Amino acid sequence: MGLTKQSTGHSVTELDIKKLTPNDKVIALAGNPNVGKSTVFNALTGMHQHTGNWPGKTVGSAQGIYHYKNENYALVDIPGTYSLVSHSAEEEIARDFLCFANIDAIVIVCDATCLARNLNLVLQTLEISDRVIVCVNLMDEAKRKHITVNCKKISEILGVPVVPTSAGKKKGLSTLTAEIRRTTQNLSGKTPKLTQYRSEIESAVAMIEPAVQSVTDKLPSRWLALKLLDHEESFLRSLDSYLGCSVLEIPAVAEAVKSAKAFLSAKGYDTVSFRDALVCDLYRHAETISQAAIRQTDTLHDRRQLRTDRLLTSKWTGIPVMLCMLLCILWLTISGANYPSALLSNLLFGLEEPLSALCTSVHMPSWLHGALVFGVYRVLAWVVAVMLPPMAIFFPLFTLLEDLGYLPRVAFNLDHAFKRCRACGKQALTMCMGFGCNAAGVIGCRIIDSPRERLIAILTNNFVPCNGRFPTLISIITMFFVAGTTGIVSTVTSAILLTGLILLGIFMTLLASRILSDTVLKGIPSSFTLELPPYRRPQVGKVLIRSVFDRTLFVLGRAISVAAPAGLIIYCMANITLGGTTLLSHCSAFLDPFARLLGLDGVLLMAFILGFPANEIVMPIAIMAYMSESTLTEFNNLVALKELLLANGWTWLTAACTMIFSLMHWPCSTTLISIKKETGNWGWTALAFFLPTAVGMLLCFFLTTGVKIVSLL
Amino acid sequence: MSYFNLSKLPVGATAYVQRLHAEGAIRRRLLDIGFTQNTPVSCLYQSPAGDPRAYLIRDAVIALRSEDAKQIEVDCRDN
Repeated sequence: MGLTKQSTGHSVTELDIKKLTPNDKVIALAGNPNVGKSTVFNALTGMHQHTGNWPGKTVGSAQGIYHYKNENYALVDIPGTYSLVSHSAEEEIARDFLCFANIDAIVIVCDATCLARNLNLVLQTLEISDRVIVCVNLMDEAKRKHITVNCKKISEILGVPVVPTSAGKKKGLSTLTAEIRRTTQNLSGKTPKLTQYRSEIESAVAMIEPAVQSVTDKLPSRWLALKLLDHEESFLRSLDSYLGCSVLEIPAVAEAVKSAKAFLSAKGYDTVSFRDALVCDLYRHAETISQAAIRQTDTLHDRRQLRTDRLLTSKWTGIPVMLCMLLCILWLTISGANYPSALLSNLLFGLEEPLSALCTSVHMPSWLHGALVFGVYRVLAWVVAVMLPPMAIFFPLFTLLEDLGYLPRVAFNLDHAFKRCRACGKQALTMCMGFGCNAAGVIGCRIIDSPRERLIAILTNNFVPCNGRFPTLISIITMFFVAGTTGIVSTVTSAILLTGLILLGIFMTLLASRILSDTVLKGIPSSFTLELPPYRRPQVGKVLIRSVFDRTLFVLGRAISVAAPAGLIIYCMANITLGGTTLLSHCSAFLDPFARLLGLDGVLLMAFILGFPANEIVMPIAIMAYMSESTLTEFNNLVALKELLLANGWTWLTAACTMIFSLMHWPCSTTLISIKKETGNWGWTALAFFLPTAVGMLLCFFLTTGVKIVSLL
Repeated sequence: MSYFNLSKLPVGATAYVQRLHAEGAIRRRLLDIGFTQNTPVSCLYQSPAGDPRAYLIRDAVIALRSEDAKQIEVDCRDN
């Protein structure tokens, strides 16, 4: 039985294990951040959990099942942690799961290139479970760095199986599954050899162990004795709720702990120095092991990494390189999307006529015919033709940069700015995730330890445009701001303008963070530690196939489920008349006066409102609405589209305001749902809704009013 | 042997951890990362603004802000 609220009666952990049969073995996959746990997870389960080269990529716990020799194994991917001492809510869940869940085996994934520091977690885990398998991953990378790891030797010293793997290349996995099976069946024939602490600590532990043994036989008494001496509040809470009673209130235990603490105190140890001593002894043990089993002959590789890092972070080159990289990605997206976009629109709009003819031939009623072809189909065609290509190009490019390990350097470069706004540098990471999807960015904020800084990151995530908003921005820039130029000049100018717009978004992120820090989320910045992982060669082919494939399917699915009904609504509104004018005109006329203040028009504002479920459909809806009141019928390219927009009174100011409002308005419904889940509070959710909306409206209003005044002068 | 705090370590130089003045959560975090007594730590490079800086400790590169580095006392030996 896995650990659920039902099975234990205690809410020890929030993790629910999904099994196929009750006999499935539960395997926990733990390890330091960024050692390739998710890659091992994917390789074993055949799933496609997204991986990225930065610590904290896995938030929440992924689960998957694999089948081996007639048995099912439920694999739980736990967020990376340096030790079993928790710092954040996320780490607490991981720790409680490892300590208190009924797990059949724990696989600790280590990085072969820095095994010594990874062993700290291994040694701690050995104290809580005798069913541990050490998986030394990234052996291929270690080989490139001329590091040799003697896994057999480590296995002898630790007394548990140690399996070398290169999960990215699917090497060593069959040995790993075989060892997992042997361990769950108690066939490994090995007993873990635990860390011997300094003699004072060992004596103190021996004083408590007998008393603890009588309380529970489910947890190892030596480890429990150590934890009672350690006296970490959050751990004791979890322990009490697991045991169903307060351990330190049991007389025998309380007595033993008291005398052990008195003994330690006489030897000169207080709570702080005791904890320091534990960590020091664990690290000393880890060093002994690594000295015996690891050999490094060359540091050339490290020197190259260091040169790269200095180039990417130095005073003179750090920020320019970052901007160039952004510009480059945007340029590739813009110029790369042109051709498939034209191809798709020719194809899809070419199909409209045959489709219409088909409807006529089956004698479909004209209202249904119109609604399906001119309502639903047309919006779908717009979404696919204009929105899909830039998304399908931007996402894999961004993923490659992420796989390479560049994002933590961005956080490193930008931390100072975030610190000045009293926020956390890791917010730069969640901001970058927002480029892919704001909902993902909001969930990613779990990597930020301080609750105050995490809230700031959640509330401001929407200030960077997500994948769904890029195409809108790109098409408007192409139509209104680079007209008259062609070829590379046009695409480069577009990329520069888009970069500028993104910088505006980043600037607003910082400004909003600062304002939040000074008002509702007062506080000083907390401490900050960020690991800068080594650069890794991205798995280019895999990234391309997976992100294009997953993204394409995802967007198409969303287009069908969201754009189709929206298209239907628009069509109905354009065709149902009330008092001589269409419903659409009524609505846009109602919104028009307010929208004009913002430099938009009623149709656009309505499109933004209807686009609440997904930003991808805002432009297609606006186009549909304009078209329904126009006599023109051919709109299959941006030139014709621009004419349509000009005919509806667009100026460069309308275009600019639409872009600003697209960059800064309410988050889409998916993002808001994530915000509600992450903050657990409607108030913060409402603030996340109104903050970017208010900023966007103010900016549009000032721009419009400013331009009006200038033109009057 | 001279004692000073980690934020004063020049880029490229190496020193040895003596003691942590940090308290609470950040102390545990630093210990977990491996800032234990006598561990060598070197400053590899700094960010464009000069803060945070990146330190090499136990084969990993960790970025620390100067406020946190100030809490780590180190000594320079024989060099």
